Amino acid sequence: MPTVAPLDLEGHCVAAVILNEVPHFALADGTIHRLDNGYKTAQANDGLLAAFHDAAKDRLITGGEDGKVFAVKAGGEVSELASAGRKWVTSVTAGPQGAVAYASGKTAFVRFADGKIEEFAHPRSVEGLAFSPKGMRFGVARYNGATLHFPAAEGKPVELEWAGAHTGITFSPDGAFLVTTMQENALHGWKLADGKHMRMSGYPGKVKSLSWSVKGKWLASSGAPAAIVWPFASKDGPMGKAPLELGTRGNTMVTCVVCHPSQDVVAIGYEDGMVIAARFADAKEVLLRRPGKGAITSMMWDKEERRVVFGSAAGDCGVIDITA
Amino acid sequence: MSDAQTQIPVTVLTGYLGAGKTTLLNRILSENHGKRYAVIVNEFGEIGIDNDLIVESDEEIYEMNNGCVCCTVRGDLIRVVEGLMKRPGRFDAIVVETTGLADPVPVAQTFFMDDDVRTKTKLDAVVALVDAKHLPLRLKDSKEAEDQIAFADVVVLNKTDLVTPEELEKVEATIRAINPAAKIHRTQRSGVPLTEVLDRGAFDLSRALENDPHFLDAHDHDHDHHDHDHHDHDGHDHHHHVHPSDIHDVTVKSVSLRGGEMDPKKFFPWIEKVTQMEGPNILRLKGIIALKGDEDRYVLQGVHMILEGDHQRAWKDGEKHESRLVFIGRDLDAERLRKSFEACQAA
Repeated sequence: MPTVAPLDLEGHCVAAVILNEVPHFALADGTIHRLDNGYKTAQANDGLLAAFHDAAKDRLITGGEDGKVFAVKAGGEVSELASAGRKWVTSVTAGPQGAVAYASGKTAFVRFADGKIEEFAHPRSVEGLAFSPKGMRFGVARYNGATLHFPAAEGKPVELEWAGAHTGITFSPDGAFLVTTMQENALHGWKLADGKHMRMSGYPGKVKSLSWSVKGKWLASSGAPAAIVWPFASKDGPMGKAPLELGTRGNTMVTCVVCHPSQDVVAIGYEDGMVIAARFADAKEVLLRRPGKGAITSMMWDKEERRVVFGSAAGDCGVIDITA
Repeated sequence: MSDAQTQIPVTVLTGYLGAGKTTLLNRILSENHGKRYAVIVNEFGEIGIDNDLIVESDEEIYEMNNGCVCCTVRGDLIRVVEGLMKRPGRFDAIVVETTGLADPVPVAQTFFMDDDVRTKTKLDAVVALVDAKHLPLRLKDSKEAEDQIAFADVVVLNKTDLVTPEELEKVEATIRAINPAAKIHRTQRSGVPLTEVLDRGAFDLSRALENDPHFLDAHDHDHDHHDHDHHDHDGHDHHHHVHPSDIHDVTVKSVSLRGGEMDPKKFFPWIEKVTQMEGPNILRLKGIIALKGDEDRYVLQGVHMILEGDHQRAWKDGEKHESRLVFIGRDLDAERLRKSFEACQAA
């Protein structure tokens, strides 16, 4: 039976991550809380809006209302990476070779490991950012599609068009597919080799959480009373195939999904704070945490596959030990 | 979905450059009214106040992919409101300042069409600032100036010291012709009491029509009820008889309908159909409906194709069970609306 070590904080948890095996919780007020031989805090942005776990560097990249970008490392070491000016930094991500990208208004910025910063101006707001897992390439979600940039090389960006507002973006782990979340209740995908479109719709709510399963065989998503898990194993992605629906509940919505690091299992967080794990093969469910005070906003598995950290919109965060 | 307890009210401030928006914003931010406001602006511009809660945001109009041409939202507002609401304890209300040329509709629709925004916030009122001296010129060269007035719940007719009493009469009559439902305040240097622009509940079905008991009477021929806001400092009587023919450059018109008790089986399909067919032409719609066999007043409001309605309160003793409905928009066929509305009356 899993056990939960709760950590009740004040405020909306933007990111719950594990850095160097220590659970860290980044709140909207910019405080970073950690359980590291006792409870400790550090301060990042004055108003933290976006966060991304940079697995390669084992750090959390944050952006916020102060127009700044910080890197938070285990042990509470917070360093400022960049300042974009008066406007909010609304999206951050990290890529290969220590590169970090962030968005402010209509501009996407890439900061290379050596501190050099390059700007990519867009005609409309930069909504979401993601690096491709291969090569120095990153994607921007924007109104009416996505734009792919190659920041290390000269050359024109690649424009992928699809009508509507695209708010978030992710590459499949093999770099073959690009998927965006949309203002309407749908995902849109492109097969990058030939630009073929994939429309994944039918959600009752907006999709705000996406997670690729091990080797990118599946893409789990929130936005419905169940975790909607699309099959991406074949070369054409999920086209013509039905998604799995895991952890269906009648009275609440899935708000956060995060796939297991090595197995076809997904941790599912709900609007009411419940967390379960569900297996793709047989849809078997295990309760990890009973409902709490707020919607689950962020989760992460640790490398040992023993623990899941979670944060909520109400601040009732914690660590689930699934081996106990 | 929505919880009235925790929904933060949002005031939208429109008006041309130079109409006095910044002056009003500065007052909202600096006066001692005991409330804290988060202000979303397009540019910091001349706001001389240092405040963490002033957010600069690029106006982003997003068309929704649902085949409806008038379904537009402000994408940047969705993001900013979501961000602000992650730390809700910091402020009591939000003010959105639009650019001079802005269409107020996408701003307003954001608060109805986006589920996340709608859960956390509620549109309180749309306030239009109008420069008394320059309005006639504005109306000549832009559709937006007219839209801003047509869409407003409150019109602050500013800079009245720069015009003659006759000019002021005419400007006010023009505003009235565009939007008979709005509350008009004559001011100098944006000196309107803040209670008249903030926390109005203009989109709150339970409050909207209570606040402005005469609002639906605007086209009545009963001038005793004419709802002007008599500011003490105006010091003059402003009953006016401007003929519509005197008013140029106005393409928006309002259609006020009045009838008896409605047959719900006829009325609801009718209003649905009208908003579906005429939605792009309807800027605002408000009404109080007496439904046959219903003890409660039914109140309605709409923006383009978005229609909201609810039972409001029981009819009071002696209160006349009648139905009143106002459309403000363009190219509205008043006669057809009137006839089809009257056809919905209960036998």
